[in-house]
Amino acid sequence: MPILEVQNINKSFGSTKVLNDISFSLERGKALAIIGSSGSGKTTLLRCLNFLETPNAGRIIVNGETLFDAADHSSKSDEEIRKRRLHFGMVFQSFNLFPQYTALENVMLASLLLAKERPDYKQNKRAIHEEIEHHAIELLSQMSLEGRMSHYPHQLSGGQQQRVAIARALALHPDILCFDEPTSALDPELTGEVLKVIRSLADQHTTMIIVTHEMAFARDVADHILFMDGGVIVEQGTPTELFENTQNERTKAFLSRFSQNN
Amino acid sequence: MSASVIFTSLTKTFGINCQIFFVTLLFALPLGLIISFGSMSRFAPLRAIVKTFVWIIRGTPLMLQIIVIFYGPGLLWDGDLLPRLTAVCVAFIINYACYFSEIYRGGIQSIPRGQYEAGQVLGMTKSQIFFKVTLLQVIKRVIPPMGNEFMTLIKDTALANVIATKEIIMMSKEYATKGLIWPLFSTALFFLLFCGILTLLFGWLEKKMDYFRV
Ligand SMILES: Nc1ncnc2c1ncn2[C@@H]1O[C@H](COP(=O)(O)OP(=O)(O)O)[C@@H](O)[C@H]1O
Ligand SMILES: [Mg+2]
Repeated sequence: MPILEVQNINKSFGSTKVLNDISFSLERGKALAIIGSSGSGKTTLLRCLNFLETPNAGRIIVNGETLFDAADHSSKSDEEIRKRRLHFGMVFQSFNLFPQYTALENVMLASLLLAKERPDYKQNKRAIHEEIEHHAIELLSQMSLEGRMSHYPHQLSGGQQQRVAIARALALHPDILCFDEPTSALDPELTGEVLKVIRSLADQHTTMIIVTHEMAFARDVADHILFMDGGVIVEQGTPTELFENTQNERTKAFLSRFSQNN
Repeated sequence: MSASVIFTSLTKTFGINCQIFFVTLLFALPLGLIISFGSMSRFAPLRAIVKTFVWIIRGTPLMLQIIVIFYGPGLLWDGDLLPRLTAVCVAFIINYACYFSEIYRGGIQSIPRGQYEAGQVLGMTKSQIFFKVTLLQVIKRVIPPMGNEFMTLIKDTALANVIATKEIIMMSKEYATKGLIWPLFSTALFFLLFCGILTLLFGWLEKKMDYFRV
């Protein structure tokens, strides 16, 4: 059974249709890359998965559980949506770290707040806190940020900030981690360090959806690739199928534009 | 009359200015937050009403507002007059709450949407996002404009003399009518000292918040 099934997602802003009948599925431990020119709806798709936008039609199913069904009109409380969100993690193009917290506090904050809902929180406060801190330190070390834990975001480079953001998303153990162009806001010399940690997450079989303009990276790291254009999935397949045996004219045009630019 | 007697009476009446200052802050700071929420409400009629109200209050002289609140009840429905100091405080609270609400609104709206969204995708509740993520950033942003407002407020308290509230300027004008002019000029020292303390306080607060950038 796939870990994620997206069925017939449609999304319009006013009268503009941004996502048109998007369907795909993702197996546990696999990395999916989404490519496509700007304005093709990639960010909107990730935002729908993270419940930051509500699709007008379609279903989102994780581990066989229907998290979202546009046909189900019973109203969802904020509380339910909040719980469902936790199946997904999100790494934003612009990092969105919390400026008043250190790297370590950024990673710990949400876990600490969630722990307060545990029935045993009052008795085991100290142990829970230590466990969360230990986990956060481990994640930051995994991101090669051992020496940067007590730095505030403004004291970190873009690449370091984005790695803190990845650790922050991982801290909540999401089923699926989404990246929205994680290196687009970075200077070229800093993209490598971020791509490296995403690659290592793929090696550890973290289930991921990566929106990226780094074609070589997508080809190298992803198990499956979607090419989107004008709100539809034009073509999908393994990296070899998509890059070496391209079927669709639009995909061909997009890829050739990219190989010219790079 | 000795200088020390005059100085004591000036100091005493400056107490009224301080009282107006602190009472205004006590009520206008929270009221301003409520008004700012109203001016950002998703419910359009409420937003329109609040914005119109803020426009009227910010668009008319505070001196006039003090007069209206003091004499209005008597003129309009033969009501009892409020005690002078109460009328002054009510006018100041309403007036300053409107100015504060605009400062809060600016501070809240300047927080990037990504901060809320990052909190949301991390499973935080709306109130957790407000208290743990955005509040401190808003505070950091509103401190400098608030410092300006506080300075204006202490000087505005002199307006209370328009309805014969016995604050420091009123008092010193009484000396002036008796032919003694120096007390009027010396009131400047009281305001300067007060504003000096405010400047130090706000400088310290800004420094406290210097450990992060927004
Ligand atoms: N909140 C919004 N309101 C109106 N239009 C939007 C909104 N968000 C995105 N769009 C539009 O949807 C289209 C797809 O945007 P987006 O998902 O950001 O594409 P991509 O990430 O592939 O560049 C664009 O034309 C964009 O202008
Ligand atoms: Mg995008």
